[in-house]
Amino acid sequence: MSGHDSKYFSTTKKGEIPELKEELNSQYKDKKKDAVKKVIAAMTVGKDVSSLFTDVVNCMQTENLELKKLVYLYLINYAKSQPDLAILAVNTFVKDSQDPNPLIRALAVRTMGCIRVDKITEYLCDPLQRCLKDDDPYVRKTAAICVAKLYDINAELVEDRGFLETLKDLISDNNPMVVANAVAALAEIQDNSARPIFEITSHTLSKLLTALNECTEWGQVFILDALSRYKAADAREAENIVERVTPRLQHANCAVVLSAVKMILQQMELITSTDVVRNLCKKMAPPLVTLLSAEPEIQYVALRNINLIVQKRPTILAHEIKVFFCKYNDPIYVKMEKLEIMIMLASDRNIDQVLLEFKEYATEVDVDFVRKAVRAIGRCAIKLERAAERCISVLLELIKIKVNYVVQEAIIVIKDIFRRYPNTYESIIATLCESLDTLDEPEAKASMIWIIGEYAERIDNADELLESFLESFPEEPALVQLQLLTATVKLFLKKPTEGPQQMIQAVLNNATVETDNPDLRDRAYIYWRLLSTDPEAAKDVVLAEKPVISDDSNLLDPSLLDELLANIATLSSVYHKPPEAFVSRARTAAPRPDDEEYPDGGETAYSESPSHAADAAPAPVTAAGTSAVTHAAAKQPAPPATVPAAAPVPDLLGDLMGLDNSIVPVDQPTTPSGPPLPVLLPSSTGQGLQITAQLVRRDGQIFYNIQFENNSQIVLDGFMIQFNKNTFGLAAAGPLQVPPLQPGASARTLLPMILFQNVSTGPPSSLLQVAVKNNQQPVWYFNDKISLHAFFVEDGRMERANFLETWKNLPDANEVTKDLPNAVINSVDATIEHLTASNVFFVAKRRNASKDLLYLSTKIPRGIPFLIELTATVGIPGVKCAVKTPSPELAPLFFEAMETLLK
Amino acid sequence: MPVAASAIYFLNLRGDVLINRLYRDDVGGNMVDAFRMHIMQTKELGTCPVRQIGGCSFLYMRISNVYIVIVVSSNANVACAFKFVVEAVSLFKSYFGGAFDEDAIRNNFVLIYELLDEIMDFGYPQNLSPEILKLYITQEGVRSPFSSKPSERPVPNATLQVTGAVGWRREGLVYKKNEVFLDIVESVNLLMSSKGSVLRCDVTGKILMKCFLSGMPDLKLGLNDKIGLEKESQMKSRPTKSGKTIELDDVTFHQCVNLTRFNSEKTVSFVPPDGEFELMKYRITEGVNLPFRVLPTIKELGRTRMEVNVKVKSVFGAKMFALGVVVKVPVPKQTAKTSFQVTSGRAKYNASIDSIVWKIRKFPGQTESTMSAEIELISTMGEKKSWTRPPIQMEFQVPMFTASGLRVRFLKVWEKSGYNTVEWVRYITKAGSYEIRC
Repeated sequence: MSGHDSKYFSTTKKGEIPELKEELNSQYKDKKKDAVKKVIAAMTVGKDVSSLFTDVVNCMQTENLELKKLVYLYLINYAKSQPDLAILAVNTFVKDSQDPNPLIRALAVRTMGCIRVDKITEYLCDPLQRCLKDDDPYVRKTAAICVAKLYDINAELVEDRGFLETLKDLISDNNPMVVANAVAALAEIQDNSARPIFEITSHTLSKLLTALNECTEWGQVFILDALSRYKAADAREAENIVERVTPRLQHANCAVVLSAVKMILQQMELITSTDVVRNLCKKMAPPLVTLLSAEPEIQYVALRNINLIVQKRPTILAHEIKVFFCKYNDPIYVKMEKLEIMIMLASDRNIDQVLLEFKEYATEVDVDFVRKAVRAIGRCAIKLERAAERCISVLLELIKIKVNYVVQEAIIVIKDIFRRYPNTYESIIATLCESLDTLDEPEAKASMIWIIGEYAERIDNADELLESFLESFPEEPALVQLQLLTATVKLFLKKPTEGPQQMIQAVLNNATVETDNPDLRDRAYIYWRLLSTDPEAAKDVVLAEKPVISDDSNLLDPSLLDELLANIATLSSVYHKPPEAFVSRARTAAPRPDDEEYPDGGETAYSESPSHAADAAPAPVTAAGTSAVTHAAAKQPAPPATVPAAAPVPDLLGDLMGLDNSIVPVDQPTTPSGPPLPVLLPSSTGQGLQITAQLVRRDGQIFYNIQFENNSQIVLDGFMIQFNKNTFGLAAAGPLQVPPLQPGASARTLLPMILFQNVSTGPPSSLLQVAVKNNQQPVWYFNDKISLHAFFVEDGRMERANFLETWKNLPDANEVTKDLPNAVINSVDATIEHLTASNVFFVAKRRNASKDLLYLSTKIPRGIPFLIELTATVGIPGVKCAVKTPSPELAPLFFEAMETLLK
Repeated sequence: MPVAASAIYFLNLRGDVLINRLYRDDVGGNMVDAFRMHIMQTKELGTCPVRQIGGCSFLYMRISNVYIVIVVSSNANVACAFKFVVEAVSLFKSYFGGAFDEDAIRNNFVLIYELLDEIMDFGYPQNLSPEILKLYITQEGVRSPFSSKPSERPVPNATLQVTGAVGWRREGLVYKKNEVFLDIVESVNLLMSSKGSVLRCDVTGKILMKCFLSGMPDLKLGLNDKIGLEKESQMKSRPTKSGKTIELDDVTFHQCVNLTRFNSEKTVSFVPPDGEFELMKYRITEGVNLPFRVLPTIKELGRTRMEVNVKVKSVFGAKMFALGVVVKVPVPKQTAKTSFQVTSGRAKYNASIDSIVWKIRKFPGQTESTMSAEIELISTMGEKKSWTRPPIQMEFQVPMFTASGLRVRFLKVWEKSGYNTVEWVRYITKAGSYEIRC
């Protein structure tokens, strides 16, 4: 039965294009058709056959439907690249749209809508108008979708020609498929428009619910998705809607089921009767479980959605935990999601069974899965108090297997269990200590050290154990260093004998003088002062009772959860992110001229602010975090939740910051202008003061472009600014000049900066800590990120020969390569121009297969050059960036800068 | 937004494009390079079927030696997208006559392009019923029913049927003999602990139907399920007949079944598509009759020897028998030598899957069979980690047996011409994932 089309792929002879050209113009129909097939085959494998445009279009006038479809397919692909020639096709399209055969009428309209060439669009309107009112439902349903296509190309045209009204009329069409497509088109148009276009009234709702019964499965999805936006007026209406949607849960199509679940969950919010809600929960469970017998990919989508549903309505699947047990041959992504849901559903009733499962998983092959299983046991222990003991005994059994990563993971979770249930399970410490030598992962090490410090009084040889870690203190990662510092202090406070005293001195010395890590240094100084001024107070602070932790590491914020539930079955529900977080292009309704002037900066400001807000927010007390840090805060009067976690205690400011650039007063006003800047201090944190800032380069000089916005009720004046030590020694070159700010006013200034003033040592970091003060408010601290491209100097251009020589002279170890997944080169010339403007200079380029290679150079102060090779395919996100420089330690910062420049 | 795709690609395992179709303008022309670079050529492949690269999301599935990749840039309906791929593949299979692989795609690329144009418009799935599409998308394009030359068998109302309320059945079918074949196919999924307790057990069943019926018949199916029977006796106000009733956990139906009617009257009524289709699927967790019991004992004798003993008991009726029974017993990777004894069938060591594969062609009911094997292992240095034992897996088919006990009580056919139909019913139970930990 199968065809033999593969022969069309096999022509790779020389002079293929001329040969095809000849065949396309052949007078024999069969030869002509074969030639078009060859063209399509060549197009599929990526060969450029656009030069045959005229010849292919000439074959369009045919009675052979198959040939016509092939030519149309060719047109869809190449019309954009040959807009002037595409006009040749218009006549045939218009003629076809009046053909007696409905299939050809529909085909013509469908294809025309796919050709995004302005000249063709003009001619589309009349045929579309006719087809929307065609006698044949097949033509109408195609035309309905075509309106959405046209709206995407030219929204104004759709509105001006009244297509929206005609489309709305189609909702009352007597053919269910026309209705479904009209709904899909209207819903999409509404999504892209700010004006109300498609409002669902209770009348349309009831009409569409009736149509649901007769639609194809896909049509049901369109309708359910569109209706899920409908807000019922009251509980009674909601119940009515739900009653009519529930039968869809029995559909074989998973998309129909999930869309029905989405709609039911939306309406359930309004339903007050607990009986009805309980009943609905009961009805939804079996279809959700059934989704788990579909293809693994569909199972994955279902599991991600079930995760959300269980968070909102835990009762729905409370009795179904067994269906989430992992099968040996489940793909890893299915297993991981099942595990997550098992933790959510674990209860006192089923925990024994669940633990047996987890234990089984902990002996499987896949390391990530095993780790997750071990962690799951710990999370169950934290969640279920009565089961904690059983969980711990399973963990101990697993530790006995002595598989390195199992032991480490177990120790990490046991630390959290100790925090959750203090003074209950410490008897197992001895067993844990046996595994001390095998620990090589920072998190496991840090956890073990925390345990030793916390229970120093019960571990006879605690000092020896800690001492064994101390030897390697300087080489340990920051996480471990911090824990060692705290643990040693605890040990000293608990056993103030000679040994610990020596240890604490060594540690404090190491952590203040020898280190470059500001967090470690700050913490060490706090301990130092506490211990030297008032050891009793130190005890109160360091050994204070810790707040209770709970397992919320995987729970979503309620408002986010609701938003995600409204997006069931979509990408948003799979990523667990709101749509705007990953749908990059904000598609405005119509490309109106004034919209195009919108400054680019708007987007940067948006994308950067959330991450900074997250950086500055106080770390939440969760089981997953390194919890030992929080005890300092526990005994003190609760600090305002707004103090950034990373900021040092104010008293120490002089030690850490008051180096050589004194705080400078402000007097001169400057004019605010330019694109929006990233928000570094949101006004919610700054008692009404919002600070946005960014490092910029202007005329060969680095400035801190900073803007203050006063949203408080009082006048703010006397602004001063300071920068902490940083990798590049950035500091203010002059005073900050900001006028007194009236409530509601804002001011922007360019603060000139100088380099190499207070350089911090240690690995390069892009962290820039800034302190700002005024006469009315406390000192505000916030973190900014140094973007290296502000440092690219104007004389970084290199000649080709010079470039080659420098490249050769640098050792290979100085070459660092990284993929920049978010960078894109849309046009080589434009990119070069853009980069030159940012002082990254073009040296040479070449092409290798489909990829373009660009060689560029740039330089930062103190004459450090960067030789750059970019590899990318034009138009595709993802650029490979290789860089060679005498300072390869700066490479990570450099890549960040490049990625920003190439966005 | 129920958009399911902006573009769809079919790639072979090397990443060569077999078919590409762009439905929307919001993704770049050759996103497939990004897929190759960031997913296919990395370890990411197989870790997650939904991935975001740059501004686009990639949803992909592997079917035989082909990757089907959907690219979207909006908040698309993922469930819809994957289901569309699954349905499209079964549509292609029905056109090519079975196989769906790289060769089949290359050999039918013109047809696939034609179908892709028809089954999805601007990213919205349209009618995917093979039955209807075959009316006007034919394999021999020359014989298109709409070419202006009058062809022998014109189908003038194809477009009405594509869009009609019964979008899965064409009108005017005539059969000399009206027949319906019903196949009840059940898969038993079992997860049993090493101690013999059932951890999880369920049956997923489907009712496959093959219809050769004239005209537009209305069918009604009756099963021995609890809810259906109760509803029936309630409506006819007479007590339920004694006999075994089955409690179905969940049922899903082919789009031809009237769901509203099922919801209110609990009857399965439908106008069937012509030919073969899957009428319904169901799931049962209570009262499952397991066809086989497996009792393994594995002894590790020192570091280089192992003894494996597996006893399999059939617990279905003595008059029935199972076919194609395969028991896969995993052994460690460093297995050097094996020797076995079996009471029936044949055993073999298969090094590529690290298992002893024991096959029994015909296994009568109410009997038992054992295999005992001795395994010698290569002693390896420093192998501290004990062997993690994967579960024993089993395959089988038991004809005329349903693990759930489900039976078809009646199948009624009404057609206005009032013809008689012949109904055939078959039952078979297969192993789904039948795993015994050891």
